[in-house]
Amino acid sequence: MKSLAELAAIRDKMKAQVNIREENTENAIRVVVGMATCGIAAGARPVLNAFVEETAKRNLDNVMVTQTGCIGVCRLEPIVEITLPGEEKVTYVKMTPEKVAKVVADHIVNKKVVTEYTIGAAE
Amino acid sequence: MTELSLNILDICQNSIKAECSEVRIIINEDIKNDILYMDIIDDGYGMDKEFLKKVEDPFTTTRTTRKVGMGIPLLKMECEMADGCFKIDSEKNVGTEIHCSFQYSNIDRPPLGDICDTILCLIRLNPQIDFFYSHIYDGEKFDFSTKEVREILGDVPLDTDEVLQFIKNYLDENIKNLYGGKTK
Ligand SMILES: Nc1ncnc2c1ncn2[C@@H]1O[C@H](COP(=O)(O)OP(=O)(O)O)[C@@H](O)[C@H]1O
Ligand SMILES: [Mg+2]
Repeated sequence: MKSLAELAAIRDKMKAQVNIREENTENAIRVVVGMATCGIAAGARPVLNAFVEETAKRNLDNVMVTQTGCIGVCRLEPIVEITLPGEEKVTYVKMTPEKVAKVVADHIVNKKVVTEYTIGAAE
Repeated sequence: MTELSLNILDICQNSIKAECSEVRIIINEDIKNDILYMDIIDDGYGMDKEFLKKVEDPFTTTRTTRKVGMGIPLLKMECEMADGCFKIDSEKNVGTEIHCSFQYSNIDRPPLGDICDTILCLIRLNPQIDFFYSHIYDGEKFDFSTKEVREILGDVPLDTDEVLQFIKNYLDENIKNLYGGKTK
């Protein structure tokens, strides 16, 4: 069984690295997930967890994942807004964990918007 | 909702909006008495009595994007459909408590679902808030508290990838253990 005591070892390992992750908030890539009732009912939870896990796996520590309330288009939930530094916000709709993998690879890593998942393509 | 753990995530969003510093999530699967109890308690800014009276009504919300609130009426309806009870209490500047129950074996009771995923999601999005999670299954109990984790971590932030990964495995294992090693 895992016990909380194992955390002490993680802490000691991380302590050396703590300073590295604080700097980058200005150049951060922002990922905002709609987490109102409609978003949660439509599947926002696995989408959010997929974003965090996918970016962690790729060591993308300049990605900030946050939540917002209702974006206003309930039938298109789960909705995710992504903003690269200095660029327009891109709104992705009807997201799934599978789509997240592609959005992270194409948009966040290679700076190429996945047009077919955006609100423009859905409307 | 398809899972009660999603209702919990949703109800916690209200607590977070109410600027709470701690949320307590307490689940009791009382198999012997065929009841599932679920409590969600926060120390956010609360509601006055006047507003509280209206909050179980789907047309009450303080949001501006849509005219109906859904989260609380939805949970209340799910409880009632599964022969359970729903109770909300709140005090301005003190906090809000939701206590609800379901008949455990009722076919209309949604499954608890992935509670681990809900707790993780909450911690990831709100590393500054403390979450306390207590889960009883047939008398066996598991408690988890981010306060306790923070005490061990010292200066290392709660939302460090390695820490979150540990919490995920820790919750997964302990919840499985609660159910006697079976996945649920
Ligand atoms: N824990 C809480 N603390 C303070 N206010 C709350 C809390 N829960 C609910 N409320 C109030 O009740 C309203 C209705 O909640 P809810 O049914 O979840 O719908 P919504 O969150 O979509 O507005 C909220 O907009 C908020 O004003
Ligand atoms: Mg709500």
